[in-house]
Amino acid sequence: MAAEILVEGVCYQYPQSSEMALKDVNLRIKKGEFIAIIGPNGSGKSTLAKLFNGLFVPTKGRITVDGLDTRDKENIWKIRQKAGIVFQNPDNQIVATVVEEDVAFGPENLGVPPDEIRKRVDEALEIVELKEYAQKPPHLLSGGQKQRVAIAGIIAMRPDYIIMDEPTAMLDPVGRKEVISTVKRLNKEEGKTIVLITHFMEEAVEADKVIVMSEGRVVMEGTPREIFSKVGKLKAIGLDVPQVTELAHRLRGQGLAIREDVLTIDEMVECLCPLL
Amino acid sequence: MREITIGQYIPGNSAIHRLDPRTKIIITFAFMVLLFVIDDFAGYAFPIIFIAIASLLSGISVKYMLRGLRPLIVIIMLTFVLNLFMVKGRVIYEVGPLNVTYEGLYQGAFMVLRLVLLIVGTSLLTLTTSPITLTDGIESLLKPFSKVGVPAHELAMMMTIALRFIPTLMEETDKIMKAQMARGADFSSGNMVKRAQSLVPLLVPLFISAFRRADDLAMAMESRCYRGGENRTRMKTLKMTRGDVFAFVATGFLAAGCLASRFLW
Repeated sequence: MAAEILVEGVCYQYPQSSEMALKDVNLRIKKGEFIAIIGPNGSGKSTLAKLFNGLFVPTKGRITVDGLDTRDKENIWKIRQKAGIVFQNPDNQIVATVVEEDVAFGPENLGVPPDEIRKRVDEALEIVELKEYAQKPPHLLSGGQKQRVAIAGIIAMRPDYIIMDEPTAMLDPVGRKEVISTVKRLNKEEGKTIVLITHFMEEAVEADKVIVMSEGRVVMEGTPREIFSKVGKLKAIGLDVPQVTELAHRLRGQGLAIREDVLTIDEMVECLCPLL
Repeated sequence: MREITIGQYIPGNSAIHRLDPRTKIIITFAFMVLLFVIDDFAGYAFPIIFIAIASLLSGISVKYMLRGLRPLIVIIMLTFVLNLFMVKGRVIYEVGPLNVTYEGLYQGAFMVLRLVLLIVGTSLLTLTTSPITLTDGIESLLKPFSKVGVPAHELAMMMTIALRFIPTLMEETDKIMKAQMARGADFSSGNMVKRAQSLVPLLVPLFISAFRRADDLAMAMESRCYRGGENRTRMKTLKMTRGDVFAFVATGFLAAGCLASRFLW
């Protein structure tokens, strides 16, 4: 059994729509990877997220999670345990009135014995660094904290894949930083496979691989360095590049000898200093 | 708007707070039934002692509990006045065509005391049990009836979601209200009809947003493998302890006293 999510020739059409939201998408997400999916609004990235764990079923083609087909009703709960989704609005995915009870919601649904749930909840809250908030009602938490509660709720189900559908879109810069550092830790320390859907290019830079979507298709695929060096192509799709990359691009336009694939501020400093 | 208390729960860690919610619900029901068993004033001594002890143990003063009577004062007064004038018997005072009778006075006072005890007794339950624990208790007590079609788990889940979203929707109402006021909406002047009309621009966006939230939440719950109450486990299982046994024994004494007052004296 292959340890990967395999997307093969997937098309998806919303019932009330006449156009395909996804057109012949092919992807392979291997266990342990950190993948970022970027694309302008309406490019189909959120639709794709909901296909990964069978919330939507492909109109054509197939998606398999560790070899389990999402079209098969018998697999659906196993798939959802393996691949959890964190959604955009933290308020709309927290079910319980106490933080630890919400984290327990997933394992409770899976029928895990009470002692084991307790253990998982404590562990999950430890990972997202919210242990001291276990007894608090969620509405008193900040956006970033709420989103980390949502992440803990997924971790407690012990998934191999965590899909994040624009988890930082509704957060302030501080909350965004909290969530992204949690996501990175999940990948590096806990070995979780991460699929991060985002429209913040600075977040995509952190991934091992970036997938660019446009109008329902995968148009580019590669390391952040490969992707973001193609400034012109990204702009044509309607996407930005990270600020420093943009700066490097413009400086090159002015005739400065700078690499095209500068991704972080530190790299920029390294490139600029010899020129001074 | 961020600190919203729901219900009248007073957080605490007293012996009464720590009782299993099921124990408290059952005892409250028993207490209500027993109040109707009593048929003379002397019999009320038992529930009054019972409440006094419970109040002492819970750390909530009787005075505070009596505050719960305030919104019901009209009903209590009405009960008294109706009894006072309607019951036939020895006339002790005449007001125009109405007669105040001795029996009426007795009956009125008797009914009022029963109502007061009823309200104080039940408020002790809601004062010492958080809404969410209460929900767990109700779910657990209704569970045996799910075989005959009582949707115990579903009701509890609905209660939980309602409790969870009250603060969220309150915040949202506040936001929409401010947004509409910034555009010239007026929520506070005019007659009843006008004021009701002015709520439309508040309620329509609120409902639309609530439905959107419901859709999102359903998707998130499904994605976390929610499929109803079957085969579901709970992290916190309710457990009866020695305190609960003690509470039941105490209620047993209360029942014995009430029944004796009715049938033996």
